Parts: sequence; structure tokens; C-alpha cells
Amino acid sequence: MSEQTTEIMAERRRRQKTRSIAIALALLGLVVLFYLATIVHLGGNVANRPM
Amino acid sequence: MSDTSYNTTLANNTAVQTGGTVSDYLALMKPRVMSLVVFTALVGMIAAPGDFHPVIGGIALLCIAVGAGASGALNMWYDADIDAHMARTATRPIPRGRVSADDALLFGSILAVFSVLTLGVLVNWTASVLLALTIGFYVFVYTMWLKRRTPQNIVIGGAAGAFPPMVGWAAVTGDVGLESIILFLIIFTWTPPHFWALALYRCRDYERVGVPMLPVVAGLNETRRQILIYSLLLAPLAVSPWMVGLGGPAYLVISIIMGLAFICQAIRVYRIREGRSSDIHAKRLFGFSIFYLFTLFAVLLVEHTIERITG
Repeated sequence: MSEQTTEIMAERRRRQKTRSIAIALALLGLVVLFYLATIVHLGGNVANRPM
Repeated sequence: MSDTSYNTTLANNTAVQTGGTVSDYLALMKPRVMSLVVFTALVGMIAAPGDFHPVIGGIALLCIAVGAGASGALNMWYDADIDAHMARTATRPIPRGRVSADDALLFGSILAVFSVLTLGVLVNWTASVLLALTIGFYVFVYTMWLKRRTPQNIVIGGAAGAFPPMVGWAAVTGDVGLESIILFLIIFTWTPPHFWALALYRCRDYERVGVPMLPVVAGLNETRRQILIYSLLLAPLAVSPWMVGLGGPAYLVISIIMGLAFICQAIRVYRIREGRSSDIHAKRLFGFSIFYLFTLFAVLLVEHTIERITG
């Protein structure tokens, strides 16, 4: 394996890792977004539910 | 996507072999266009009657921003072959070999689906359908159908850029009111003189890649005439928010002054046709047109924010 190919592989792995982190953060953001929107939509009704 | 030399260059490019960085993907979303989209959508939301929770408002804006970014990525995917040959677009991530066309397509498609569905589920489905229409119009009607076929490409395609205030309005009201249609019409009428001013001094770029922009097909003088006609339509139309009660006295005064300034710039472009100064005036009009639209919407934003605060 040439030196250039090894460099490309290492760079690819590094960028894949960064992209994976970005995707994970985006998904986490989406979860938080849905959570917040649910709380806002429910509003005071959360406290008023029958026991 | 038919340019063989372009595809060969990409295949040999190390950047494509390694994949793009996060900033390359952000660049695919056309952040500058996105900022104008978010701003006009925000004005649509603030100007709309009715209250909205800041969290829901923020989610709506985020979805609109991501939807606009999706349109940008899909546009760059489809236009990569011609982007590579134009000075203004040659540094975009796909022509530079930073992101592969397939990755851009996947990225844009995922963002489009997520932004539309999230807006529908968390805000309302009217805004969601309008956002889907905006993305679809930009990608299918403008990019794929009109752009390479007719000099009216940006006249009709301009509707895509005019939808965001309507989406913002619908996010609050769940409806499409006359006022939001007026905001739509202002951006719709503003788009041709804005883009044709750019096309006047980028004419050779468009000619080289075979995009039938008006200066390429009908000539520079006809383009100058059309810019003037649209400017004369735009200036009075931009006053109309005041007539329907959407804009206050400050808006009335500023829209008249800015409209007259726009017409003056268009007249200069129309009259000065020779030498370097003709390009300079076209560039000035292009720059001024951005400032013009930003100012009109900023005044509406300030007026309605004050109204909301003071009740």
C-alpha cells in the first residue's frame, strides 16, 4: 500500500468520525426538539391529568 | 450531470475519496441564501396575527432554514456540471471535489424530508405543505425544468424564494392570508431585477455553460429594459403592506424612499450601457436590491415587534 493511499485512508477515517459525531448531534438535537415541542403543546395540562 | 471531463476530474479527486468535512456540508446548504430565507420567514411569523410560543416559533424557523438548506444542496447536486465552469460557483463543494454528487443528493433529500415532516408534526401541516411546495418548486420547477430551458427561469422560479414569509405566516396562523400573499408578491417581483442585475455582469459565465439567462438570449439592452419595468412594478407594490394595514407609517415612508432609490438605480443601469461603468452600475443595483429587500422586511419586523411588546 503506497504512502498516499495510507494517508487517504487515515483522512477518510478522520472525516467519517467527524461526520458521525455531527449526525449523532443532529439526532440528539431532534430528540430535544420533539421533547420541548411536546412539553409546550401539552402546557399546563401535564399537571391537570386525572390521578 | 452530463459533463464527462467534470466526472473524470471528480473520480480522481482525493477529497471525494475521503469525503467532505462538516463545513463542506454546511456550504452545500447555501448559508447566505438561507439567512435571507430565515429572515423573511421570521418577518412573516412576527407580522402574522396571533400568539405563538417562542419554542414553536424557533422550531418553525429551524425547519424553514433546514428546508432552504436542502433546496440548496439539491440544486448544487443537479447543477454541479455547470457550476464547475462558472467563476461564481466553481468553488462550491461538488465542483471543488470536496463532496461527491451522490452524497449531496442524499444529504439534501434527507434534510428535505426531515424538515417538512418535523414542521408538520411539531408546528402545523399548512406550513409543512408550503415548505414542501417551496423545496419542490426550487428543485423540480426552477432547477430541473426552467433554469436551462427558458429566459423566464428566474421570473417563475423566483416563486420559490418568495414562499418563506408565507410559510412563516402559516406557521403562526395555520392559514394563508392576503397579507402573506402581498409579502410573497414583493419578493416575487423583486427577484427578476435582482438576478438580472447579476446576470448583466456575469453574462459570459451563463453563456459559456448554456444557461439561457435573459442577457444571453435577449441581449443586454432588453435585460436593462426588463429590469426597469420590474422596478417600476416593484416600487408601488412594496407600498401595499401599508394599504392593508400590515405596515405602519414608518414602513410607508421608507418603502417610498427605497422604491424611488431602486427606480433611480434601475434608470442608471438602463441609461449607462457602455464601458466598465455599465458593469459597475449593474453591480451596484445587485447590491442595493439586497439592501432594499432587507430594509423593507426589517422595518416590518421592528414595527410588529414593537406592536407585540406594547400589546
